[in-house]
This record gives sequence, structure tokens and C-alpha cells, in this order.
Amino acid sequence: MEQTVEYAHATGALSGIWLLVAIPLASAAILLLSGKRADKWGHWLGVFAVAASFVLGLIFFFSLRGLDAGARSAQQSLWDFITVGGLHVDFGLLFDPLSGVFVLLITGVGSLIHLYAVGYMQHDPGRRKFFGYFNLFVAAMLLLVLGNNYVMLYFGWEGVGLASYLLISFWYNRPSAATAGKKAFLMNRVGDAGLAVGIFLMFATLGSTQYSDVFNGVSSLSSTTVLIMGILLLLGAAGKSGQFPLQAWLPDAMEGPTPVSALIHAATMVTAGVYLIARSNAIFSANHTLQLIVVSVGAVTLLMGCIIGAAKDDIKRVLAWSTVSQIGYMFLGVGLGGGAYALAIIHLLAHGFFKANMFLGAGSVMHGMHDQVDIRRFGGLRKYMKWTWLTFMMGWLAIIGIPPLSGFFSKDPIIEAAFERGDWTSWLFGWAALIGAGLTAFYMTRLFVLTFHGPERYTDDIKHPHESPPVMYIPLVLLAIGSIVAGGLLHYGGFQDWLRPVTGEGVEHDPVMAAWLISTLGVVFAVVGALIAIALFRKGTALEPQPAGAVVTAARKNLYTDAFNEGVFERPGIYLTRALVYLDNKGIDGLVNGVAAGVGGSSGRLRRLQTGFVRSYALSMLTGAVIVVGAFLAIQLGWIQ
Amino acid sequence: MPDLQLPAIDYSALAPMLILFGAACAGVLVEALTPRQSRHRIQLGLSFLALIAAFVMVLVNYDTRKITIGGAVAVDGPALFLQGSLLVLGAVSLMLIGERSIEKGGAFVSQAAVTVGSERDLRQAGDQPGATEVYPLTLFALGGMLLFVSANDLLTMFVALEVFSLPLYLLCALARRRRLLSQEAALKYFLLGSYASAFFLFGIALIYGFSGSISLNAVHAAVADPQRSQVLLYGGLALIAIGLLFKSALAPFHVWTPDVYQGAPTPITALMAACTKVAAFGALLRILYVAFEGVRWDFQPVLGAVAVLTMLVGGILAVTQTDMKRLLAYSSIANAGYVMVGVLALNSDGLSGTMFYLVAYGFSVLAAFGIVTLVRDADGEATHLSRWAGLGRKSPLFAGAFTFVMLAFAGIPLTSGFTAKFAVFGAAVEGGQTWLVIFGVISSMLIAFPYLRVVVLMWLSQPGESTPTVSIPGFMTSAALTIGVVATLALGVVPAPLIDLTRDASTFVR
Repeated sequence: MEQTVEYAHATGALSGIWLLVAIPLASAAILLLSGKRADKWGHWLGVFAVAASFVLGLIFFFSLRGLDAGARSAQQSLWDFITVGGLHVDFGLLFDPLSGVFVLLITGVGSLIHLYAVGYMQHDPGRRKFFGYFNLFVAAMLLLVLGNNYVMLYFGWEGVGLASYLLISFWYNRPSAATAGKKAFLMNRVGDAGLAVGIFLMFATLGSTQYSDVFNGVSSLSSTTVLIMGILLLLGAAGKSGQFPLQAWLPDAMEGPTPVSALIHAATMVTAGVYLIARSNAIFSANHTLQLIVVSVGAVTLLMGCIIGAAKDDIKRVLAWSTVSQIGYMFLGVGLGGGAYALAIIHLLAHGFFKANMFLGAGSVMHGMHDQVDIRRFGGLRKYMKWTWLTFMMGWLAIIGIPPLSGFFSKDPIIEAAFERGDWTSWLFGWAALIGAGLTAFYMTRLFVLTFHGPERYTDDIKHPHESPPVMYIPLVLLAIGSIVAGGLLHYGGFQDWLRPVTGEGVEHDPVMAAWLISTLGVVFAVVGALIAIALFRKGTALEPQPAGAVVTAARKNLYTDAFNEGVFERPGIYLTRALVYLDNKGIDGLVNGVAAGVGGSSGRLRRLQTGFVRSYALSMLTGAVIVVGAFLAIQLGWIQ
Repeated sequence: MPDLQLPAIDYSALAPMLILFGAACAGVLVEALTPRQSRHRIQLGLSFLALIAAFVMVLVNYDTRKITIGGAVAVDGPALFLQGSLLVLGAVSLMLIGERSIEKGGAFVSQAAVTVGSERDLRQAGDQPGATEVYPLTLFALGGMLLFVSANDLLTMFVALEVFSLPLYLLCALARRRRLLSQEAALKYFLLGSYASAFFLFGIALIYGFSGSISLNAVHAAVADPQRSQVLLYGGLALIAIGLLFKSALAPFHVWTPDVYQGAPTPITALMAACTKVAAFGALLRILYVAFEGVRWDFQPVLGAVAVLTMLVGGILAVTQTDMKRLLAYSSIANAGYVMVGVLALNSDGLSGTMFYLVAYGFSVLAAFGIVTLVRDADGEATHLSRWAGLGRKSPLFAGAFTFVMLAFAGIPLTSGFTAKFAVFGAAVEGGQTWLVIFGVISSMLIAFPYLRVVVLMWLSQPGESTPTVSIPGFMTSAALTIGVVATLALGVVPAPLIDLTRDASTFVR
């Protein structure tokens, strides 16, 4: 599978790819710097900037399609970014099939969510600032996927981290939002540190961070080095994508405004980890153990997300855990390697549509229900919110994998691929993916039924739920259409061939079960899961969480992962800092103060020698003179060497 | 009787010194011949003219590299650079000396011979204008310093030493206020200075015995000859060094410094801190680099120990000082130690770094003492540290300038203190004297405390009832302060031109 990676230089229309990043960045700068003057029109500038990037993205995408199949890439070096010693980093961009589809996802879904946010944030005094941060996010995310080296990727990576932090704590006067922002930031630091060390390792072993140099050089590295490098990159990917063991921040990130949850924490930023692994496929495909680790992380996370999601009552948290779980599927896909890279990316794109659709739908529900998020207090909303109900239903059917909607075409092939690993692990990961599909159907149906059907269980202050304005439901409709057709289009539209220059050819194994059987089982699991949920929740549910068995309790407490983090990392960390503060106060400060006191004391004593009497001065000079002359003579006579 | 061969004399190369001595003699005549009321103006104008003319002649001689007047005077790079520095720093000192608007009649007593505390003394303290003899005395002192840094034989050097020392002894005694303190300082300075001169002279005698000559070149040649008496060589070198260490205020020969700096009229303290230091180190450089270069590995450890002792003594003792002038005196002792680190680098970077340091420190210390002259109450200058509390609120401009100078002394970047320390320490590391640099850094850390304590005192304390006012400086003091502060900033931000100049000048002729 030895192949050389080369990227062509950007020519023609493609030489303008820097505009993709520059436009939203400029808009962010204008929005954040111009102050109250921009309050009236700022949000429209924000929408326009992202829409302009989308149009440009389309133009570049079709220019790229117009090139020969073997030469579909365009890279552009704008200026020297860092030149220190042997390290040379260009501010360079790369537009190839993989970054092309990401650009379309980010700007396309991004435009719709920006449009939606115009309505959603209508009454918020910080709307201009919100759009500033939002555009900053888009610019950083585009830089992340468009960089042609790992440092550029890291630049964008940190940029989206910053934007995510700012937007999670957008309502920073709520303690929960401020805490959630901090939690996201800190957990991301763990992953970011891994990514950074991984990049250092690349520079140390290969002398470059340029994609082409790194990918061509991987074959020269020892397999241990590749394994370590891959684990470090995986750590970064897991942090950003909310994968086990760094998943805890993502559900808390739902404290931000709903458009943020939809764009950043469902459709785009959290898929950066998948992008990183897909981009670095040369590294991940080079080591079988590494692939096994990635697959395991994906399988563990997808089951964990399903189980916890089934026990949550907060509409956005259910969706958040669902995101964790669905990204688990994508990690499973990229871990399988070969052709499954493309499958993971298909699922990523399809998921971007239906998850954004459902998040915005949830936002629309909250908009009409006084910001109520507890699904136990919804019910029967179908009557009041026709558009939201209809579009949400498309998302629901898509995610649980009912043919012919999107999710079926994107998830089913990943389950099939999991059964194709070629050894006993096929059974393990295949069944994990299948069971996950059944659980997904259960908890998503629970969410859907409790929200839109069954008896009304509203709190007293809600008399008459209402549908959202058109500026909010039109994006919903567009996203719902995407939820219906995206998967099928990508599946049958030759997408795997399109990505082949990036991901390379995979080695196909025979599946341990016939493909038709797997597909059938997938649909059966989904239908059974959904039917159980309908049977259980058709008549509504208790208004408060009821005492439950061990599994449900554990799931309600996030499978004790937060308790684990607190017990294993947070408390020892607090004790460590306390010990260090103690050491600093008593030990280091004591030493410093002791030295200062010593100097002061000796100064006070030496001062007494300065008596003011000329005779004693003369004596001290004479003593000094005797010593100096004596020392010179001593050296001369060989007493001192 | 054999024919006396008159040595060739290059008057142009000697012109700076001749001008100063000539102007000083003319100043004595002015004292005798002109009416009392106009003397101040005439003397001041004459002195400035002489300094400017001498400086012009230094510039004219920019490329001169020769030994003249029978081997007695060397006019070379270091000599010219140090002479130019002395003239500039001397001119700034003269601005402080000539100031008469801060205190009526200036900082100097009218008739120094009047008994302290007598009725006449009280009368003259009130309103009689200060003695104008200070100007010729200053010119003699500066002329002696110019000769001191270019003397190429030991006797000329000794004569120059006395020529610039004697006027300084006198000048120290001429304070208008606290006259007993001033006279005591002058007497101490005179006694200890004579004592040190005796060491110096005895050293010259031993070296003459060693080499049969007083010329630095002949000494250099004799050092290379192993047949000669090494006891005479090292004894003589040690004693000559002691004489110079005394003038540069290096421990343990620094003991006079705090008392004299405190007692002398502040403009004279400024002159000593800036110019005497340049002259003393200039002569030390010439002695060590020209005459005794051959035994440099032998004198280096001894003088290194002296430098370390100086830096530690200056740093430690500065911590507990309560008088601003004594604090600046200990600071000047510690700075002498840092300069010595540059001298002992014994390479051309060390030479140029030392010269840079002397100029940078000179400007800063002039600014510092200039501000000290401004902080005063009814009894004259208020030099006790407690009196400076809260000064920043009363007059932020001067407290800000003083803060800046303190930061320069502490070696904070963007001030000349940083670049100068960097120059000498860097040269010393290059010259293999890392141990000196380690002690230098420790000492800098110690002495940062008293500097910053003054800053804290000025800005973070409430002004008390006893906080004195800051006088509005006259034109000349303002000019001196501006030059000092601007030079401290400029040498910290763009040191390159002066460093280039010192590099060009860093070769002695032999």
C-alpha cells in the first residue's frame, strides 16, 4: 500500500481558498470591535459572511471536481509562519476532497444555523457579540480543516476551542454555564496537550509537520513510534470529540445557546477528532494495534452514550449523549481503516444534518415552552408545533436508521464493516454496533414520544405553546430535507471514490455474516427498540424521576464517570495544589525570607564597622593593603596556586 | 655638560588638558581681578567655554594614536574616549555646581574660613553668594582627571592623581549647610587620600626598583624578563593597585566613600561619583592592560576577590541605609565592583564594556544626585529616607524620574543599567570569569531591594507632614536632569552607537 502523497499547487479559481477563512474572520473582527454601532445589522453581516464562504466553497468544490481524478488537490502557501532553527512552518492551506466536503458541511450547515440564530437570539442583548464569536468559530474551524500541516491544524484546533469556550459560557452570569465552559476548556487541554506532544514527536522524528512529509515519512518510523504518535493524536481527537475517556465535558457544554449546541457541539467542532484521524490515515493505517485502540474507543463510547442517553430527562443532554454515541460510530469507522474511512465521513456528514436538525428542533421547542428542557414536562406538542414536529420526526427516523432515510445509508455500512475485521473481534465490534443501533432507537423514540406525543404535562406557567417564526423553521425544513436524502446521495453518489485519493484503498475481508442479514438485523433492532419505547412512553411518564434499578441509576449518574474523574483526578489535584501552596509558603517563602533576614542582619552588623573615625578607617585600609600585598606575594611565591 | 634633548611635544594632542589647565589659571586671575558681583557669571561662562573647547579638541584628535611629550602622555582610543566622557559628565556636573536658583547663593559657602556657628557664619549662610573659587577648582580637578587617564608613565600618573585630588578635598569642605559635616568629610577624604597616595608612591618606587624605569612600556618589557625580582614586581603592583582601588572606592578601600559622599555638597558628590570613577578606572585599565598585562593571570584572582568583596559589601550595606546620599554611596561602591568585573574580563569586550558602563553609570548617578538637590526643606536638603515617603503624590514628575534612575541602577531592561551590566558581565563570561558574574548577579539581587524600597516609599506611602517640598529646579539643574534621564533611557534602548564607539576605542598604544 506504499504510495507517495503529493499535493498540487493551487491555480485558477482555487488560488482564492484563503478567502474561505478570511471572510468570516474579518466579519468576526468587525462584529467584535465595532461595538454597539453594529447592533442593528451585525447579525446579518454574520450570516452573510458564512453564506459567502459557502458559495465560495461550492465554487472551489466544483473546480476541484473539474480536475483529473489523480490530481484533485490544491495547496497554497501564504507566508512563513514560524521559522526557528530547523523548524519551518508555512501558513499553508490545502483544499482536497476531504477538506472540500468539510468546508461544505461547515459553511452549509453553518449558514442555516446562523440564519436560525437570528431568530433564536432575537431578544438577547448580546446578539452581536454572539455572531462575532460564531464567525470566529467558523473561521477557526475552516482553518483547522484547510491547513496543510499539523501546526495549522493545531492553530485552528485551539481557535475552535477558544470559540467553544466563549460560546458555552456565553451566558456567563449563570454559574452553571461558566462552570461548563471551564470544564470543557480544561478537559480539552488534556486532549490538546496530547495533540501538541504528538506534533512535537513528528517534528522530532521526521523533521517536519507538513502533511506530505509526515505521511510519506511514516513508513520509515518504527512501529512503536507510530503507535505512540497515534495514541497522542487519538488523545487529542478524543478530547475534542467527546470520546471515552474525555467525554464528560460535551453534555455539560449544552449550557450554551442552542445554535451553539447544534453547530459546534453536534455538527462540526466535535467531528474534528474524526477529521484528524481520517486526515492522518497514513499514521493510523500503519499500525494494527493503533487501529484496535481506536475501534475500542469508538465501541465503548457508542454504547456508553446510548446507555446514558436513555436515562436523561434534559432534551439537549439526551441529544448530547446521542452525539457522543454517534461520534463513537464514526471512530469505529475510522478505526476500521481502508474503505471504512469514507463510511465514517459519510456518517459524519449525514449526522451533521440530522443532529443539527434535531438540536434546532429542540431549540424551537424550548423557544415555545419558556426555555423548559425537561422532557417529562412536554407531551402532545405535535398539535402546537407542526413544523418542528415534522422536521424533528425526519431527524428521529434518520438517526435510528429507518430506510430510506439518511441514517440507514450511513450507519448500516459501518455496522457491516465492523463485522468485516476478519478475526474474532469482528463479532465483538459488530454486535456492539448492532446493540448500539437498538439502544439508539430506544432512547431517541423515548425523546420523540415524550416530547411530541402523549398527554400534556406542562408546568403551570405555560398556557399555550407556540410555533417558532419562519426564520427559525425554514432552516429546520432545509435540514430535514438533508436528513432525508443526504445519506442516500452520499452512498450512491460515488463518495467513496471521491475520497479515495485521501484515504487510499482498504484491504477487504469477507464479513462473518452475510451483508443482507446484517442490514436486516440492523433495521429489526431499530424497530424493536423504537416499539419498546413507544409502548413504555405512549401514555407519558412520571413528572419526576422515579427510583430505579442499579443500571438506570448508574446511567443517570453518567455511569459514574464524573465521580471517577472527581475521585481520581480532581481531588488528588486539589490536594497536590494545597501541598504545593503549603510548600511554597513554608519552604520557599521561608527560605527567601530567611535569606532576606540574614542579609538585613549582616548589614546591620557590618554597619557598625563604619564608625566614622578616620583612625579605624585607616586601620581597615592597612589591613586590606597587607592582605592584598600578601596575596600577591603568596601567589608569586607559590603558596597559592 | 651633555646636550639636553628636548622631547617632541604634540600640542594638538595635549590640547584638551592644556585648555582646561589654562582656563583654570585664568579662573584664578578672574577671582583676583573682577568685581565680586560678576564673578559667578564670568567663571561659569569661562568654565563651560573651556569644557566645550576641550571637547572639540578631543573630537579633532579622534583618530590620533600616539605617545608624546617624551613618553609621558599616551593619546589613544581609551584615553580619548574617557577624556570625552569626562568632559561631558563634567559639564553636566558643572550645571549642578553652577545652579543658584534652588538655594539663594548656591550650594557653596561664601567664606569657608569663618568659624562654624559664629555670628558671621549665620549671616553669610543667609544670603551671601557662594564662593566662586569652585569653578577653577573644578577645572583643575577635571584637567587632572584628563591627564590621569592618559598618563603613560607612573610619575605623570601620580602628579595627575594629586592634581585632581587636591581640588576635590577642598571642594568637599565648601558646603553652605551642615558645614561641620562637610569639613569633617573633607578632612577624612584628605587624610585617607594622602594615605592611599603614599601606598601608590611607594608602589612606584618598588616598580622603579624592579624595572629601572617609570614608563609603562618599560615596565611591560621588564615584566617579560624572568631574571628580575618578582617580589619587587608584585609588591609594587599591589601597592599601585591599592592607590587606584582607593580612588575607585573598591572594598576594603571604600571606607571613606559613605562619609565623604554624605558630607560633601551634593553637586560635588555628583562630580565625584560620575567623574572620579571614570578617571580612577581609566588609570586602572591603563596600568593593568599596558604595564602589567604579562602577569594578568596572577593579579586576576586577587583583584577578582576584591571585586567580589566590593559587590557584596556594597549590596549588603545598602540594605540598611537610611540616608539617601549614603544609600547612593553604597550603590556607587557596588557599581565599582561591577565595573571591576568588566576590567577583569581582560579582553577587548571587557575594555569596551567597562568604558560603556562608566559613561552609562555617570549619567544615571548625575540624575540621581540632581534630584537629591531638589528635595529640601527649610534646613536644606532632606536626605533621610523617611522624608521621601509619599513623594510620588506630591511631585510625580521628579519621583517618576528618580524611580526610573533607581530601576536603571537595579538593571531593569530598557534602561542603561541593564545594557551596561549585560556588557560587562557578558565580557567576563567570555573571558572565563563566570565566578565573578555569579557574585555580580547575587549582589544585583541584594541591592535591588533598597532601590525598590525607595520606589515603594515614594509611591505607596502616604505623604507625612514632614515630607519636604520639591523645589522647582532652575534651568541648569533641569538641563542636567533631562540629560541624565534621557541618556539613561537612550543607552538602554539604542545602546549600539555608543557601544560601537567604545569598540573602536578599545586599543591602547604602547
